[in-house]
Amino acid sequence: MDVRAGVLAGDTRSIARAISWVENDDPRAAELIRGIYPSTGRAYIVGLTGSPGVGKSTLVSRMAALMATGRRKVGVLAVDPTSPFSGGAILGDRVRMFDVTLSPNVYIRSMGTRGSLGGISSATRMASRVLDAAGFDWILIETVGAGQSEVDVHDVAYTTVVVMAPGMGDEIQAMKAGIMEIGDVFVVNKADRDGADRTAAQVASIVQLSSDSGWHPPVLKVSAELNQGIESVLEAIGQHRSWLEQSGKLDEAKASMARRDVLEILRARLTEDLRRQLDQPALQEKLNKVANRQSDPYTVVDTVFEQYWRKT
Amino acid sequence: MEHKIRVLVAKPGLDGHDRGAKVLARAFMEAGMEVIYTGIRRTPEQIAEVARQEDVDVVALSCLSGAHNTLFPKVVDLLREKGMGDVLVVGGGVIPDEDVPFLKAHGIEEVFGPGTPLATSVEYIRTHVSREA
Repeated sequence: MDVRAGVLAGDTRSIARAISWVENDDPRAAELIRGIYPSTGRAYIVGLTGSPGVGKSTLVSRMAALMATGRRKVGVLAVDPTSPFSGGAILGDRVRMFDVTLSPNVYIRSMGTRGSLGGISSATRMASRVLDAAGFDWILIETVGAGQSEVDVHDVAYTTVVVMAPGMGDEIQAMKAGIMEIGDVFVVNKADRDGADRTAAQVASIVQLSSDSGWHPPVLKVSAELNQGIESVLEAIGQHRSWLEQSGKLDEAKASMARRDVLEILRARLTEDLRRQLDQPALQEKLNKVANRQSDPYTVVDTVFEQYWRKT
Repeated sequence: MEHKIRVLVAKPGLDGHDRGAKVLARAFMEAGMEVIYTGIRRTPEQIAEVARQEDVDVVALSCLSGAHNTLFPKVVDLLREKGMGDVLVVGGGVIPDEDVPFLKAHGIEEVFGPGTPLATSVEYIRTHVSREA
């Protein structure tokens, strides 16, 4: 299977395999990304985040169905938490995404966080490049059920949608810092239930205070379950997109994303290299000394850095 | 880095009882595998398509309705059609002993009946995952 050619031709099996390579940090991933990166930068990437149980997966599924009309291709990356103990994961977002499983224009991939704490996995970034190169018009990235600080999705998407549900009044107060600050569009889902107006009003009051960028994030009430109001979400995303384009901020975002692509790979490589340094037999004695309190971590780090940079 | 085993736990057919499938999903997770769970009442077409999109190594089918002789081989056929003949397919649920040879002849590589220790299924998958990376 020529995975690179397959990805560029939009072949599902190749796309799936490419994402596995990226996730597994397979040696072939680097070569693949080299081969497809020039074809990226065309998809519009939307991130969706929010607390567990607010209906992110159902909303994503509805949005994907609507976005895929008119032969538009929609790629979904749905992230669920990896167990820090076993390294395994139950990826259950698809349970609520079945309407679109057999749609030829929708591709869904479930991903485990695999140790990342920011609500997405470190492979999500490159998986999104794979979908981009494969010709998807829209990429939807759904984070794990996020609380306050899982804001990484903001760095991988152009428009961030924060999803909430009625009855979250006090929680919204508590979320003021963190995910409340990254929302370009706020969605109060389950609007058919009691308390949706109150939640929407509370979100609006917080959002009003913090919009100094020139973009005023709309607060929308929808019911993903009943398939109501989904158009308004797409409309709001479209408006945010136009605003980004017209203000030149989309180009800025693309440039900073490219920078982050480099930074993340650099970080991963350095971390791996440094970890390998620590495994060297010569350092074991020094590490033992730290354990025995005859030395300290800073001293050993200085040694490692000196040796590392001298060598390279 | 390591290749994590990805398992699709799927329930084809019309029975709505997925306790067993969920317990297995959890056991696979605790064994360090990534488990994609589909929910109940899926068609063989949906299951095969999910397997393709998710690039899984294993499809674990559970059926309690008695339709396994129709549904399980259908999933295998569709996987082969999609070029995924190297995916390990196993089955479980309420499956009479006399049906097992038929299923094995149709590409279901192992069948785990009621009472199979979780460790047995986990170990089987670990040692039989065969697809080329």
